[in-house]
Amino acid sequence: MALWTLIGLAKGKATTPWPTHGDATGQEGLIGMPRYNPDLCEAGCSACAEICPTEAIKTRPDGVALEIDYGRCVVCQLCTEACPTDALTQSSDWAFGVRRREDLRWVEQSIAEARERDPQRNAFRRSLHIRHVDAGSCNGCESELQALNNPFYNQHRLGLFFTPSPRFADLLLVTGPVTHAMEEPLRATYDAMPQPRWVMATGTCAVSGGVAGGGYACSSGLDGILPVDVYLPGCPPNPAAIIEALLMFLGRAPQRVKGGRIGQ
Amino acid sequence: MKGALIRDLHVAELRSAAERLMDSGGRMQMVYAWNPPDETPELRYVATPADSQTFEVWRCKVTQEPPSLATIWPLLGWYEREVMDLNGIRFHDHPEPNRLVLPQHVPPPLAPPGRDTAWLESPPNGTGIRTLPEVPTEDVQALPFGPVRADVLESAEFTFLYIGEHILHYHPHLFFKHRGMEARFQGVDLVRGTILAERVSAVGTVAHALAYCQAVEHAADCIVPPRACWLRVLLAELERVYNHLHYLGHLANTTTLKVGDAQGKLLEERGKQINTRLTGSRFLRSLLIPGGLRRDLQPKPWLSEELEALRAETAKYVDHLENSESHLDRLITTGVLSPKVAFDQGATGPVQRASAADRDLRRDHPYAGYAELPLTIPTRQEGDAYARSRVRIEEIDASIAMMQRVLLLLPDGDIRAPCAPPPMAEGLGWTESPRGTLFYAVHFGSDARLARVKIKSPSFSNWRVFPFTVHDTNMMDYAINEASFGLTISGCAR
Repeated sequence: MALWTLIGLAKGKATTPWPTHGDATGQEGLIGMPRYNPDLCEAGCSACAEICPTEAIKTRPDGVALEIDYGRCVVCQLCTEACPTDALTQSSDWAFGVRRREDLRWVEQSIAEARERDPQRNAFRRSLHIRHVDAGSCNGCESELQALNNPFYNQHRLGLFFTPSPRFADLLLVTGPVTHAMEEPLRATYDAMPQPRWVMATGTCAVSGGVAGGGYACSSGLDGILPVDVYLPGCPPNPAAIIEALLMFLGRAPQRVKGGRIGQ
Repeated sequence: MKGALIRDLHVAELRSAAERLMDSGGRMQMVYAWNPPDETPELRYVATPADSQTFEVWRCKVTQEPPSLATIWPLLGWYEREVMDLNGIRFHDHPEPNRLVLPQHVPPPLAPPGRDTAWLESPPNGTGIRTLPEVPTEDVQALPFGPVRADVLESAEFTFLYIGEHILHYHPHLFFKHRGMEARFQGVDLVRGTILAERVSAVGTVAHALAYCQAVEHAADCIVPPRACWLRVLLAELERVYNHLHYLGHLANTTTLKVGDAQGKLLEERGKQINTRLTGSRFLRSLLIPGGLRRDLQPKPWLSEELEALRAETAKYVDHLENSESHLDRLITTGVLSPKVAFDQGATGPVQRASAADRDLRRDHPYAGYAELPLTIPTRQEGDAYARSRVRIEEIDASIAMMQRVLLLLPDGDIRAPCAPPPMAEGLGWTESPRGTLFYAVHFGSDARLARVKIKSPSFSNWRVFPFTVHDTNMMDYAINEASFGLTISGCAR
């Protein structure tokens, strides 16, 4: 007979002290969103824009810099391989949760912005109840959301809970590009939530449709279907990125990305 | 079709060919349809003749309404219904001609342009997706559950007809998540095709991308360098290990073994962190490409040590599971799948191997570096939830042993060969994914872009089988039985 309680205790603590202390995010070696350095960008070159499978990169008419929308990026790294001048390089940037969609678009001058304060949201700082809806994902986002509950990330210590009923939920966390068949159940779930309520688009599919959006079976993400309060692109976003985005939403962590760039 | 032997059949010959295949001990895999440019639509049946390493593809021009082969090969039932929904090709005398993938009002999105023949109309009896039996008494309760279910789960709707604890009938509706992924491949080049294949089912990233790459490589007659072949084995087995560890944790969750659940999920997390350290991706993405690999991997000694530590930890964990009577009691005799039903309905992977079938594509139709590696293929006879978990447990051990061998013997050399399929080329690729047989059939157009990609996923097969183990069982066992199948919905719905 296995004595699981003792086995568990004997294992000691498996949970990372991050984000309270240290930086053990569990993402060592992770390749994140490509980083853009316009100074190295060659005028007239469009290698990255041609290879990008989701039109996240476009050349601008002036030919000087690129238009990059990280909300469309599926982190496939094709652009970093195609770029002849290292203007686009691999990076470990993954904390891409933002409040406004335009923060995911790269701009030359990063915008200094006062941190928004939402008094309603402040009341929810300590704990958050989340209803998840899969609106047609590839199961990658689900795999990472399920990982939040493993002993390494242990979401409950941060006051983050998934709830079965939308009636108890503060936040609707949506994955997938929103297939036509899932649109009605998704709206019904949102309608069943008490106010105030918020919505988080998780993963590039929910933000912009990703590789699956459009076509005969899918919309192109949540915009136009529900009002979105947090956008978190990634394919899929890793568990640490999801934690960061949720804490950012609660005002317990800063938003790291502005103007399509991180930490500047 | 490269990668398989092509046989041309007339519509009138289909039934006798299907019967001959059955009588000779062969095996049917799937059927799909495609529209060659300016020609009659074609059906393609993929079959495994008895004792053959080569797959057979039956090419059949749809010159008249084809007969349904589902009465001979029941597993074809769902494939034919999908062809009716997506391609608008009707099958004569189909035993269950209801809609499967798309609702009635959606016209077939992959139908040949300008179709005008009467037999290409939408299915005659396709009144809806749910096929529930008539219930003659008021004592029977109907419980529809989903598509939004408790916890973090994929969307699907399950309907139970039950009395008290007893389930009389069970019907899963799995296509809320249908994204039309096969259509997304149309018109893209082969590099972007890989990015799509990686995103059909995230926990099968390597299996899908590898089957796709091998299909393209067959179409292009491309020989992948040995080092890339061996590294592909490493990636595929890393994927198997973290999937199976997740499976064990999730199974412990359904038997309410809380610490066992946490331990299993923690081991899965270790697997994903090993993936990240080696490849930069928790799901092993952005590495495969037709022709080989996008970049070389240099597995350092830490990988071998980490794998050994993971193996030892897993062995201890499994030992604890095997000594938990409350866990075993819930698995033994739960959800029994007989070898006959498994064969008829097309069960695959660990599910089929737990029901007495000794079948694994890595050995029976070798690809990548598997022909040169000693393979252990665990099988069980009982066909219950316990047998399904045992097969996976033993596969973890076998996978880690195989990876250690790859690390020891990994040859030096190139990792990528040029791969350019000629116009109108076509190829078949396959892998033994953590969940079973996975096929990709690719057709190129005259512009060297993809014209049609068919994905046969293992979860599509195993979801078809699963209800047969639920009818006439009880509610308390349902979640355990479902977990013991290890299914994904994204792979099934695509």
